[in-house]
Amino acid sequence: MEKEIRNNINQIINEFAGFDDWMDKYNLLIEMGKSVPVIEPQYKTKSNLISGCQSRVWLQAKYDGGKVYFAADSDAVITKGIVSLLIRVFNGMTPDEILNADLDFIDEIGLKDHLSPTRSNGLTSMIKQMKLYAMAFKVKEKAGEKE
Amino acid sequence: MPFDINKIRKHFPILEEKINNNSLIYFDNAATSQKPLQVIERIIDYYKKENCNIHRGVHTLSQKATRAFEETRVKVKEFINAESSHEVVFTKGTTESINLVANSLGEKLLQEGDEVLVSAMEHHSNLVPWQMVCKKKKAHMKVIPFNDKGEIILEVFKPLLNSRTKILALSHISNALGTINPVKEMIAMAHEKDIPVLIDGAQAAAHIEIDVQALDCDFYCFSGHKMYAPMGSGVLFGKQEFLEMMEPYQGGGEMVDTVTFEETTYNELPFKFEAGTPNVESILGMGAAIDFVREYDLHEIRKHEEELLKYGTEALSRIEGLKIYGTAKEKSGIISFLLDGIHPYDAGTILDQLGIEVRTGHHCAQPVMDRYLIPGTVRVSFAIYNTMKEIDKLVGGLDTVKKMLG
Repeated sequence: MEKEIRNNINQIINEFAGFDDWMDKYNLLIEMGKSVPVIEPQYKTKSNLISGCQSRVWLQAKYDGGKVYFAADSDAVITKGIVSLLIRVFNGMTPDEILNADLDFIDEIGLKDHLSPTRSNGLTSMIKQMKLYAMAFKVKEKAGEKE
Repeated sequence: MPFDINKIRKHFPILEEKINNNSLIYFDNAATSQKPLQVIERIIDYYKKENCNIHRGVHTLSQKATRAFEETRVKVKEFINAESSHEVVFTKGTTESINLVANSLGEKLLQEGDEVLVSAMEHHSNLVPWQMVCKKKKAHMKVIPFNDKGEIILEVFKPLLNSRTKILALSHISNALGTINPVKEMIAMAHEKDIPVLIDGAQAAAHIEIDVQALDCDFYCFSGHKMYAPMGSGVLFGKQEFLEMMEPYQGGGEMVDTVTFEETTYNELPFKFEAGTPNVESILGMGAAIDFVREYDLHEIRKHEEELLKYGTEALSRIEGLKIYGTAKEKSGIISFLLDGIHPYDAGTILDQLGIEVRTGHHCAQPVMDRYLIPGTVRVSFAIYNTMKEIDKLVGGLDTVKKMLG
């Protein structure tokens, strides 16, 4: 995995490692959700909605200088925490870095029993959507190069 | 058997399990119930001593398994007070039962412009099959509304029954709101206009008494797995006159009488609707579940669940900012609610950490959620083994939820 992504992941793992109690871990996750780059209201559209989550999650991405930047929101605070973790890992990475990323870190932060990728928490759908954005930007850029 | 809750709980080994280091509190019975040892052992016994394909074999094992299978059909007949056991068709669950009727009866009765009448509180499995057949036959689906309490509005229902109405499909108990619908009255009203009625009894079986003759319904569907029986066991009761006129829904072995390349004649009832090898162990397990329910007496079970409903409703109502959805006068042991400003997913996630298993979301009844303009609810649903002490723990759990998320 690319070094920068690994660093981001390690940083998150360290933050969670400070807490043994599940309640503290969840409180941290909820706090992290509050710092997620918030999606502008006009982008809270149906097309930016990630399907397959029990709560609503909007995810938007922009491509700037070869790097991808995400913004998101959710009506559930734990879900917002989850998407904020992913954004912290991926923000400012290149499409290739995002596409090649291995995402076992959820296990490593000690939330494995709580946040396994399921349909209801939407973790799988979120990662898939982020990788799709990366793929789209990559394809678009390649098409641009050809022109 | 006297209704001794401690003794009853001992029948359910899963209740000893720990969830996130807490004792399991299982409040998701409307999704599926836990299974008593009697049912689990019935499955094991079948595979140890009786396993064989049924109906066709001449050998001892096959005859033994066939007898056990057909004895269960008689048990089901008695359980729902059907007139005859050949009116009992085994399926894999309520969904399959409804799909069978939607296809076979829908095919027979529906013409372009006809109407199928459902209520606004149906589970998706009593909506989507009808939508599919309506689309195919260019028929329309009409919807009976319910009021804020979650009660069907009978004054609106009556004029919806007209000469174009070919089928009424209605839940006995709403899975999202807990309302017990006045099905007997509604069936009588539909029959006045010769409209056949299907009742989705998924939430009723093993909670309230089912008497298909007293109800006079034309079809009654339920699943075994919500009534202490294994997954993959289900029942379609159909009045003989309807089952006889309907064509089979699926083709295969067992459902035929004679087969040539030119033509096939179908087996008699109920076998013409049971193509292929059935889920024998699950059906036998359902027989054991019926024995279990009978042993503890359905009236006593209902009394217990009504007490839980009353206690739970009162306890939850005392929580500030909690709103219960579904406050019908006639209710079964289901409480759907929301905490002010807290998403049901968040509440369910925290409760799970405390070992309290509830259901969150739209409960496969999205139109119900749309009716109240909410994304979903937290739902607790009771069964024979639940206790008031568990409800107290839920109240404590909701306090934690509010502290963390409020």
